[in-house]
Amino acid sequence: MFIFVVRRLFFAVVLLLAVSFFTYMLFAMLPADPAALTCGKNCKPDIIAANRIRLGYDKSFLEQYWLFLKGIFVGRDYGMGAAAFSCAAPSLGYSFGQHECVTTLIAQTFPVTAYLSIGAFILWMIIGIGVGAIAALHRGKWQDRAASLFTSIGVSLPTFYIGLLVLFSVVIWLRILPFPSYESPFDNPQAFLQTMILPWLVLAVLSAASYTRLTRNGMLEAMNEDFVRLGVAKGLRQRVILRRYVMRQAMIPIVTIAGLDFAGLLGGAIITESVFSLPGMGRMSIRAVVESDLPVLVGTTLVAAVFIVLANVLVDIAYGYLDPRVRVR
Amino acid sequence: MMSNTSVLSVRNLSVAFATADGDVIAVDKLSFDLALGETLGIVGESGSGKSVTASSIMRLNNSSSATTTGEILLEGTNILTASEDEVRSIRGKDVAMIFQDPLSALNPYYTVGHQIAEAYEVHHHGVDKSVVRSLVLDMMTKVGIPNPEKRIDEYPHQFSGGMRQRIVIAIALINQPKVLIADEPTTALDVTVQAQILDLMKSLQLEFNMAIILITHDLGVIAEVADNVLVMYAGRIVETSSVSALFAEPVHPYAFGLLGAVTSLEASDRGQLDTIAGSPPSLISLPSGCSFHPRCEFVEFGNGKCVSVVPELRSIGTLGSSTACHLSDDVIVSLGRKAARA
Repeated sequence: MFIFVVRRLFFAVVLLLAVSFFTYMLFAMLPADPAALTCGKNCKPDIIAANRIRLGYDKSFLEQYWLFLKGIFVGRDYGMGAAAFSCAAPSLGYSFGQHECVTTLIAQTFPVTAYLSIGAFILWMIIGIGVGAIAALHRGKWQDRAASLFTSIGVSLPTFYIGLLVLFSVVIWLRILPFPSYESPFDNPQAFLQTMILPWLVLAVLSAASYTRLTRNGMLEAMNEDFVRLGVAKGLRQRVILRRYVMRQAMIPIVTIAGLDFAGLLGGAIITESVFSLPGMGRMSIRAVVESDLPVLVGTTLVAAVFIVLANVLVDIAYGYLDPRVRVR
Repeated sequence: MMSNTSVLSVRNLSVAFATADGDVIAVDKLSFDLALGETLGIVGESGSGKSVTASSIMRLNNSSSATTTGEILLEGTNILTASEDEVRSIRGKDVAMIFQDPLSALNPYYTVGHQIAEAYEVHHHGVDKSVVRSLVLDMMTKVGIPNPEKRIDEYPHQFSGGMRQRIVIAIALINQPKVLIADEPTTALDVTVQAQILDLMKSLQLEFNMAIILITHDLGVIAEVADNVLVMYAGRIVETSSVSALFAEPVHPYAFGLLGAVTSLEASDRGQLDTIAGSPPSLISLPSGCSFHPRCEFVEFGNGKCVSVVPELRSIGTLGSSTACHLSDDVIVSLGRKAARA
């Protein structure tokens, strides 16, 4: 098991290196001169030239990539003399759009994304698995049909539509909640909850739909297994059979997908954050795209990739734990 | 077969399933008795109601689609009318079951030791873990699993098919049930392993003095372990007899066919396997009269009753057998002896 984990982690690092390389190729591939993007409309040739040298864009692509990689581990200094500044390790570059180290920007926006993701994730697992289990236990009855309606709605409606609809009805029309305005949970927990509850719910309900379907079908499939019949024949209670026999099997694909979905969210829930004006990583990425703020894009992409790759490793490990048949010894 | 020592009495058991195409009567007015230490074989083709009968005894049929009537008395308790709690306390304790496919009957997510222990602990609360573990090890030794100390913590996929069936047997026998229902226990196994499993069941039956209901379509298995036999066709009993009587003097044309279909070296010399012509009837629209008449070679001897009257079970011959056939006793017995010699 230990060797398995070490090997998976090694390949994860290799994969991340590759991702970082191809992401950094944005700089080389875009037709725009990154130095010209640093100072907007009022750029003068001498400022562009100075910025190019200061940010290292005068060097060859490979050299720039090397400096970027090195910066992640030891930090990076820009410029010389009075204009000099530095980004401490792990440095993911310097945003010329926001005049700030990318790492600092991510550190500011990531908690928002994390709160959004964790809250929504917990809610959607409860809703998704709960509704799916109810549907499976009442197969063919009205509960099952209601769950199936819920699934269809959740799968087919896009976040921005439901999000705006909810925002409009709850905040503008019914005025139950104030207009969302993000505050840190440590400064103002009430405002935090008031802002987060809608995005949590919207994200949770929409994502829960596929989990409902997965849970229902997985449970029904498991209920037909011979070993479940043997469980009944042993005289086990239904509750025990559901937990040790049915759910145990139905959970395996759910854990896999949940891990990847959660990691995807941590990389930035772009639409949800935009609809509810949450200052998270997703919204920052969108802004970076609009402003061609390449260092921020590279940074957020890399962070998102780290989560996805890490989630894959964790899911693999969890899979071995859940299903002894694939356990590596 | 009727005796006062019977541990299980089934009276007029009928099971109907509601399907989209109409009601399917899987089992029709079935009655039999089972004594401690007895092995009752139930034979018949697929769809003859063997397995439904077995699962009815543990009330494992899907209650929403199946309608079960009649009585199943386990030492006087009617299983069909007992409460869910009562049934649960019977399942796995007084009546245990071995399933056909050992590869899918074990929970792949738990060790075999856990699964055997679980069967014990559900009926014996608060027993010390180490006591349970030694009971499980004992049981694993009894069912012939080598090196149980090591294997107790392994998972089902680490066992061969035959070894898994031994685990299933260990699960069934850990509570020393009075009745063991074995639903095609050897069908999924290699022939060499089949004999081992049957021997094991026989020796454990002696040790625990339990009754066994053995469901199979394999007359070879019946010959090896059963004392008495029920032959089922389309949900009804068509013949009951002792196992020696079945092979010496079968008393139903369907049983003749079953015996004829057993492969032997002599039969293969003739270059052809004997079969029963036709296929089992649809249970939704059973043939009128005797369900077997469309496939029966001897319909013309039945005085026209075969097509119109459902035959009742009646005793016949000198060997204690019963038959549900309209043919006259003399005709049946002579045909039966002929079939047995062939």
